[in-house]
Order: sequence, then structure tokens, then C-alpha cells
Amino acid sequence: MSDLEQFRAETRAWLDANCPEEMRQPLKSQADHCWGGRKWQFQSEAQKVWMERMAEKGWTAPQWPKEYGGGGLSQEQAEILAEEMKRINARTPVSNFGFWMLGPALLKFGSEELKREHLPPICRGEIRWCQGYSEPNAGSDLASLQTRAEDKGDHFVVNGQKIWTSYADKADWIFCLVRTDPQATKHNGISFVLFDMENEGVSTRPIELISGESPFCETFFDDVKVDKHQVVGELNRGWDVAKYLLTHERNNIGGEPPGFLKGRALGPLAAEYVGTEHGKLADAGLRADIANLEIDHMAFQALVGKIRAEAEAGQGVGAQSAVLKYYGTELNKRRYELMMDALGSEGLEWDSERTLGGLFAREWLRSKGNSIEGGTSEVMLGIVSKRLLGLPDA
Amino acid sequence: MKLNDEQQMLQDSVARLMADKGPVSHLRQLRDEHNDKGYDEPLWQAMVEAGLTGILVPEEHGGIGFGLVGAGLVAREIGRNLSVTPFLSTAVLGAAALSAGGSDEQKAKWLPAIAEGTSIIALAVDDGAKHRPERLRARVEGGTLSGEKRLVLDGHVADLLLVAAGEGDQAALYLVDPKADGVTIERTVMADSRNAARIRFDQVPAEAMADGAAALAAALRAGRAVLAAELSGLALEAFERTLGYLKERKQFGRLIGTFQALQHRAAQLSGEVAMSEALAMQALNACDQDAENADQQVLAAKAKASRVALLAGQEAVQMHGGIGMTDEFDIGFFLKRARAGGETLGDANYCADRFAALRGY
Repeated sequence: MSDLEQFRAETRAWLDANCPEEMRQPLKSQADHCWGGRKWQFQSEAQKVWMERMAEKGWTAPQWPKEYGGGGLSQEQAEILAEEMKRINARTPVSNFGFWMLGPALLKFGSEELKREHLPPICRGEIRWCQGYSEPNAGSDLASLQTRAEDKGDHFVVNGQKIWTSYADKADWIFCLVRTDPQATKHNGISFVLFDMENEGVSTRPIELISGESPFCETFFDDVKVDKHQVVGELNRGWDVAKYLLTHERNNIGGEPPGFLKGRALGPLAAEYVGTEHGKLADAGLRADIANLEIDHMAFQALVGKIRAEAEAGQGVGAQSAVLKYYGTELNKRRYELMMDALGSEGLEWDSERTLGGLFAREWLRSKGNSIEGGTSEVMLGIVSKRLLGLPDA
Repeated sequence: MKLNDEQQMLQDSVARLMADKGPVSHLRQLRDEHNDKGYDEPLWQAMVEAGLTGILVPEEHGGIGFGLVGAGLVAREIGRNLSVTPFLSTAVLGAAALSAGGSDEQKAKWLPAIAEGTSIIALAVDDGAKHRPERLRARVEGGTLSGEKRLVLDGHVADLLLVAAGEGDQAALYLVDPKADGVTIERTVMADSRNAARIRFDQVPAEAMADGAAALAAALRAGRAVLAAELSGLALEAFERTLGYLKERKQFGRLIGTFQALQHRAAQLSGEVAMSEALAMQALNACDQDAENADQQVLAAKAKASRVALLAGQEAVQMHGGIGMTDEFDIGFFLKRARAGGETLGDANYCADRFAALRGY
């Protein structure tokens, strides 16, 4: 038996023994997702046990180094773990912006001290992170951000406002882009700093979206004290970290997002609502639209596979992430449109129990943000045309 | 998927061969001189010498048995250069059909002839304006075939016809001698300046295959997958030529490539072309690996490539402006080939319909 085969056998046995039955059921909605953190209320004992057992193995962050609380797995081992989890429908034990975004940034740019301070609590699900990037006047033009961090000798004092901070009201710590050198050109005076959301002077206000939900907040900083050692990477070089993370974020948004449609095929769903005639969906237009979407999705997946394979061969994903982000999100919006076409009036029910409180309509509306957050589709096309195609600036 | 070293070498050598010996100018010349054969004979000979005609022919019959990924790599370069050869009709459709369903005798007779380039084979499936192999009108009764076929690629120069027809409730391929009594062949030059033929069969002797149904299925699958690669190559070339034009053409005192309206369209097209190519290669590989969903992948790849090639052709003409409308300029050839290649062996709507059926909805 090869090492990988042995790893698979051990992993399978461990998961069988340790993944509670309840944690093998598909998520009914986003609310079943375990975010972790100081304020987290576990929905069940099983959710808590599952997170703790996985954290102990280091498998909440399978590929991070063991010394920081990760699993130290190779790419191949991590794929096996993911396959084995999928095999029994095991839920993701815990995840939040600490895993998706801050962790990768710290691993690449952070000092040893910061890695040891922040990575293990993320892996244990103890600290939930949020991301302070956008500002009211810095959206697509992110680098024009104005939140200031003033050097007061042994600490910074941060003043300003962020917007679209995901779950800021539920997060424990924030990673935040602040201007540390107002004299420098706009990309050069920015730093990437970390601080506790319980620090004095931090306040948040949830923003209600068209979906009726409030996953984002406005976040205000009023003379917030930040320790000077909490700078990731070099002072005034925060834009390098931000760019790296945006690439990361784009890859995530471009992938299959969580929610009702995760792992669900549209064909059978549509058959349930519109019915069939002679074995075909009774709505010929919808049938063709679904087929074309699935074909485009298959083509997208083929391209994702190709780009990932090239990245592993050392060519890096780089500006290709803009291609993935653009098509991934546009496809996702199409999927939700077709889901609504298929569901008819049932999809429109806004608060019935039958629809888990308007889950369909709310997720459909939420999907519209995919092509705005993390860089709009138009910004992505600009990156592709300039950086990949070499088209000249105006 | 990623190409292995052998496949990468094949791609590099075929790219050179097609660019040197099968450029777009040859297509123009063949068209202008109303060439009788209608294909590039010196190029075909060079492909014979390079072993490419036998790319799907098993080694025991004198080929190199390189598989569909290999055939797709050849087709991609054919697409980029709009090279005119009987590669699709003979080396892909003919070889795939005979390998999958031919009797030992039929294989021994025809497969070496394909590899050596001594025979041209044409597949006759469509008996209407649209590709509908599930509802064939041509019939075989008591060993004789009657019916009418269209879009028979290279049909007027073929040494052997493989004809799809129904017998009882079974659809299959039959071998027919094009010189037999009762066969009437009309050459139909198509909009892309390629050869096709309308062929009438009036009680013509039809030779059954060992498994004519398997031969038909194999030919359609291989042909669609390889066409997806050709159309993707065509789309890539049309896109790259257009991108080059955006970087050299000036209007209003600046390069037109600085205009955001064109930048975004170019960016979208580049992504579409990349997806089309990636899916085509994945589908070809799925066939070679005999993957469970290979048919789904092939139908998806053909649908995608047909749409993307047409989009690339249209965008190419539009972004070239007036010069793109002139016959003197080559870009129009890509649009014409996109339309014809898209129609061949099932257009995007047909492929999407079959895809949906296989997906169970």
C-alpha cells in the first residue's frame, strides 16, 4: 500500500469514528455553517465536538504547518481528506475569514511572532476574523482609501470608516487596510494592520441588503489604539498584502459558493416544479437555458483545472484569477436566475416555513453581489485586458 | 488536463507543419482556382509522411494509434491555419468508424489505406438540412441502400462512402462504393470554400459492418470532439489576429485598443476561447480514457466550441471594421469556417439538446 493509500485508509477510519452523525447532513441553510469565534453559539453539541476534534487533528486548516495549529498535509493528502469528507457528506468543521484570507496572508507576509500569535486560535475556531478593506469613497478604487493610522510612538491611532465589512458585528478581530503615510502616492502609503474589535473606539452598524439580510456592516474607528507590532509585512507596503489576498478572495468567490444550490443540479430541481413531458422538462426554453448553463459551467471547470495545473507547475495564477472571478460569479448569477425560473411562485415566498423563510429569493438576491464584491466584473475585465492581453491604457 | 511530453512534441511539430505547409493563403488559392479535388494535396502528402493520417489507426494496421487527444492537437492547428485536408473525413471519421465497427476484413483493407493516404473516405449521415442521426430517413433493405445525403465532407473525391441508414429499427453505418450504379454525387462547395456533396442512393449495394451501430456512434463522438478542437483553434486565431489589430489601428488619434468598450469585449472573448479550448481537450481526453461521462463532455465541448467560434468570427469582423468585410483580408474566412464547422455533426442547439437528454432532463 502506498503512503497515500495508507493515508486515505487512516483518514477514512478516523472520520468514520469521529464525525458525528448530525454533521453528515447537508447544510439546510447558511445558518448551519459554523463560523467559530468568541461570540459563537454552537447550534448543537455535535457541531462543537466536530470542530474541536478536527482542530485537534489540525484539519480545520489541513495544509497549514503543524507548528501553527494546521495539519501539515501535502496537496495530495489535503485532496484525499476533502474527498473522504465529501464521501460521508461531512460538514466543514469551522471556517471564517481567518482561514480564507488572513491565514494565507500571515503565512506569506507575517512575522514569526504574528504567525504564532494568530494562527493557532484561528485553527482552534476561537477567533473569528473580518476584513476591513472598502470605504464609502474607496470601492472599485480601493487604493484611494482614507482611514488613517497615526504613529504615536509605541502605538498607532486609527480613525476612519470601513464599509461592506462582512460580519463585522460578529467578528472578534479585524485585518484592516489603513493609510500610514498620507504623503506617499496612493498605493505606497498603505499598511495592513490587525486589531481586536473590542478595542475602544470600534463600532459597527449592520447594512440591510436587498435580500433582507445583513451580512455586511459599516465599521467606524474613533481613536482606536493599535499595537505597532500588529503590522503584517512591511510598513507602508500593505498594498502588496492586499493584492495577494484579493487574488485569493477572487479564487474563492469564483468557486462554487455555499448555499442552496451547492451540489444541487438544476435539471432535477426544475423537473420537480415545471414537470416533464416525454421524459423532458415541460418548459423547452428553460431546458435549453439549463443545458447551456451546465455546458458553460463544464467549460469553466475545465479552464479552472487547466489554470490550477499550470499554477502547480510554477507559472502562478496571477492575473488569471480575474478570469476565474469574472466567469465564476457571472455563472453563479445565471444559476440563481434559472433556479428562480424553475421554482416559479414558490421561489417568491418571502417568509413561509416551506421555503425556510424565503431562502430561495434571498439567496437569489444575495448572488447579485458576487460580481460586485472582491472587485466588480468590470474591474476584472479591465485587469484581463491590460495585464493578460496587454491592451494599452487610455 | 495537461499535455504529456509526447503530446507537447506533437503539438509543436504539427504547429510548424500547418503554418509552413497549410496556411490560409492555400485556402484562398484552392478557392480561386476552383481546384477539382478541393483540398491541399501537398499538405495532405506531408501529413501522410508525418504519420498524421494514421493518428487514430491502430499500430497493427499501420497507424500510430495516438488517440483522440493527438487528433485534437492536429485539428487545433488545422483550425488556426484553416488548412484544407481530408483529415476530418478520412483520418478521424473514417478511422474511428472502421476501428470501432469494421469486420477484420474491412479493417485490413481500409485502415492501412487511411494511414498511407491512398484512400479518401467520406461519412454520409445527414439526410436533411439539419444533423438528426436519431431520425434517419435513408433505409437499407435486403442489402441495398436508398436515400439522399447532404454535407458529405469530401464526398466527391471519396474512394469509400460510410453511409448511415436504418435497417429494421436499428441505425448503422454501411460501406458503399461511390462508383456503384445508382450513386449520384453532386459536389457542393460550401460557404467556407470547403468540399461537401449531396449524394443520392438508388438501390445501391450496401456492405454491412461487424457492428455498424458502434461504428456510427464512434464516428460521431470522435468527429464532434475533434471538431471542437478545430473550432477552438480557429477561435483562438481569430481572436489573436483581432487583438493584434486593436494594438495597431488608430482612430481619433489613439489606438482603438485603448477604448474600454473594445477592451472588455476582447477580455470576454479571450475567456470564452480559453474555456472552449480547455473543454475540448478535456473531452478528447475523456474519450481516450473511456470516462463514464465522455459523451456528455463531447456534446458540451462541441456546443461550446460552435458558439465560441461563431462569436469569435463575428467579433473579429466587427472589430476589424470595414477591412473585415473585404474578401482581400483573411479574417472573413474564419467567420465562414466557424459557421460551417459549427453546423457539422450537430450545431450548438442540437448538442445542448442531446446533452440535456443524457443529463436526464
